[in-house]
Amino acid sequence: MGIFDYAPAPESRAVVDVKPSYDLFIGGEFVPATGGVFKSVNPATEEVLAEIGLASAADVDRAVAAARTAYERTWSRMPGAERGKYLFRIARIIQERARELAVLESIDNGKPIRETRDVDVPLVAAHFFHYAGWADKLEYAGHGPAPRPLGVAAQVIPWNFPLLMLAWKIAPALACGNTVVLKPAETTPLTALLFAEICREADLPAGVVNIVTGAGETGAALVAHPGVDKVAFTGSTAVGRAIARTVAGTDKKLTLELGGKAANIVFDDAPIDQAVEGVIDSIFFNQGQVCCAGSRLLVQESIQDELLDALRRRMATLRLGDPLDKNTDIGAINSAEQLARITELTAAGEAEGAERWSPACELPAQGFWFAPTVFTNVSATHRIAREEIFGPVLSVLTFRTPDEAVAKANNTPYGLSAGVWTEKGSRILSMAKRLRAGVVWANTFNKFDPASPFGGYKESGYGREGGLQGLEAYLDV
Amino acid sequence: MSEKTEKTEKTAKTAPKSGKATAPAAAAPKPPAEAPASRLAVRKTYKLFIGGAFPRSESGRSYQVSSADGAFLANAALASRKDARDAVVKARGAVSGWSGATAYLRGQILYRAAEMLEGRREQFVAEVRAVEGGTEAAAAAQVDAAIDRWVWYAGWTDKIGQIRSAANPVSGPFWNVSSPEPTGVVALFAPERPSLLGVVSVLAPAIATGNTAVLVAPDSAALPAISLAEVLATSDLPGGVVNILTGRPAELGKPLADHLDVDGLDLAGITDPGFAVELEQAAAENLKRVLRPSAAPADWSAHPGTLRLTAFLETKTVWHPVGG
Repeated sequence: MGIFDYAPAPESRAVVDVKPSYDLFIGGEFVPATGGVFKSVNPATEEVLAEIGLASAADVDRAVAAARTAYERTWSRMPGAERGKYLFRIARIIQERARELAVLESIDNGKPIRETRDVDVPLVAAHFFHYAGWADKLEYAGHGPAPRPLGVAAQVIPWNFPLLMLAWKIAPALACGNTVVLKPAETTPLTALLFAEICREADLPAGVVNIVTGAGETGAALVAHPGVDKVAFTGSTAVGRAIARTVAGTDKKLTLELGGKAANIVFDDAPIDQAVEGVIDSIFFNQGQVCCAGSRLLVQESIQDELLDALRRRMATLRLGDPLDKNTDIGAINSAEQLARITELTAAGEAEGAERWSPACELPAQGFWFAPTVFTNVSATHRIAREEIFGPVLSVLTFRTPDEAVAKANNTPYGLSAGVWTEKGSRILSMAKRLRAGVVWANTFNKFDPASPFGGYKESGYGREGGLQGLEAYLDV
Repeated sequence: MSEKTEKTEKTAKTAPKSGKATAPAAAAPKPPAEAPASRLAVRKTYKLFIGGAFPRSESGRSYQVSSADGAFLANAALASRKDARDAVVKARGAVSGWSGATAYLRGQILYRAAEMLEGRREQFVAEVRAVEGGTEAAAAAQVDAAIDRWVWYAGWTDKIGQIRSAANPVSGPFWNVSSPEPTGVVALFAPERPSLLGVVSVLAPAIATGNTAVLVAPDSAALPAISLAEVLATSDLPGGVVNILTGRPAELGKPLADHLDVDGLDLAGITDPGFAVELEQAAAENLKRVLRPSAAPADWSAHPGTLRLTAFLETKTVWHPVGG
């Protein structure tokens, strides 16, 4: 160990009790799945963490029936103030068990404890707090004087922010008086099942929240189930399309939060150090496995060299390794499948003539890892500039004028997010207006808050989550 | 009443007469007693409305529009897939200008269209009656409702942003606001009945919020819809903001639902549930926002609320750090 190296600072796993196997959570009880089991592994070590119940179509039936019963008998009839108190309770328990949730999320997902502890779990609690307060104030949300819940919500969430996406889905649904059946991603079911325990701890009425674990088939059965009134999905654009086709012609209300290929635009008058820090945060946060990640860096040509030098210097200080180490910046890629996809797309980048660079970086022998990578000499037609890589891979393009920056930034079928870095206020406002994206971060990136709506334009989906706009998705307006 | 208005009304009154006269004339050639024998009615050819111009269908096709009792009313252009695609190109070209115009200006332009509608009130009453049958009072009531609805939406242009925006109280040193923006190009299928109020009810909210539109008028509702195009063409509305196709929804539905440069789809006028599902499924390809047709017959005379205004809006949230 050199004099300026970091000593290992691992968070203890002792706070988490990972059981050898997990059942489904239906009607307030943990019940065995009838579809078999699958394994959840720690992507940092490939260690099998637990066997998880694979929900069959019959299990989905039971979950939807439990949610329906709870909706009709209990939840939709309960005064909003009482619903709100349950949500406040859940928020408090999440705070009490924050460390446990953060550790479990890290070992199941591979993301650094620094992020789960400082970002994911605090935001999860904040979402429940925020929507708890809405439960008895819905008539003030601007969706009409007597907003009513929709019924049973089918919610399918991704593996990149397992617990946060659960909160984004469940908190507003419950606040509005709906009951839910949630399917977490196949590779990251553990924190959702811990959340089921939290629901019991909060004495949440049986059936208000149901968790069915499984893969694509379970999700498809849930989304297509005739007993659900609302479908909410976060994930890939391809699956989102399939879901939109499935619900076509039904009465189901649909919100989709899909992929992205965000431009992060740095003008020559930007504060370079802050911009570099923002670029790092935009693409290496959660190993770049973020739908709104700033995966296309658009840098003004006159500062290209200066910015890229600073970026490479900063990338060289990123620490990749044990997600439970508190000094780790870059954890494991979530699955072997995802790693293969990142590898394939970066190989395509090289094959198409882009110049690849990564800092010296030792990858652990076990687990799924990918070094932080930047591509220069990227043209707008390259696959790495068009397709969502969903990994720690940044493509750099240049521009000369604001018009060119806007044109390049908008040259994508996606429209989820964008970043702008400049000291000129009037330019920020004009760029923010012209960028076709649901979220624009100016002189910052990857900021989230429960009071703030999030969601995309174009093929990044429709509907918004968060804020009072997020309530609309769960109300009959 | 000014002389000018009187004149307009007078002109407007004569127009439907000639239209009406042609119908019985075709069925029973009995010239009105007072008409000079040499006076032959000037029949009107109805065309498409694309990019602010009135082209014939590129396919060269037309079809006969009949009155409610089956008599010949007029020939209308039968739009083709190519016409639909041309209309989308024009609509896309008009997005930046229209969505970039101030809400105040958009409101004035829409109100101007209402002024023109009012000026042609009698013509629309006659056309609605010719197309739908029924009493003159019923047709007049529909036209009045359509004009009033257009005015209602004209007043929304600079208010929708206020009621749909929010300054979000985020935790941390950030300034953050959410505001609505138009989604882009919207394809609209107008209901067959009411023939004018239906067109207005789907078209006005879509463009009031800054979208541009390609509207498909169903075969039988062609006359009020294409006459509305004449109103819009003379009301300062930039070319391409509204494009109106007369033709068969069954033929134009797929090309518009499939079109990757269309961002929204209003299926109000699609009455075949199977076809509506097919179009909604096609719209999934580029994740168009879709307004489904209502299962029960829609009451277009009821107060519309903000549903159709908000259906084709996005919400953009902008963040900036706060600090010294």
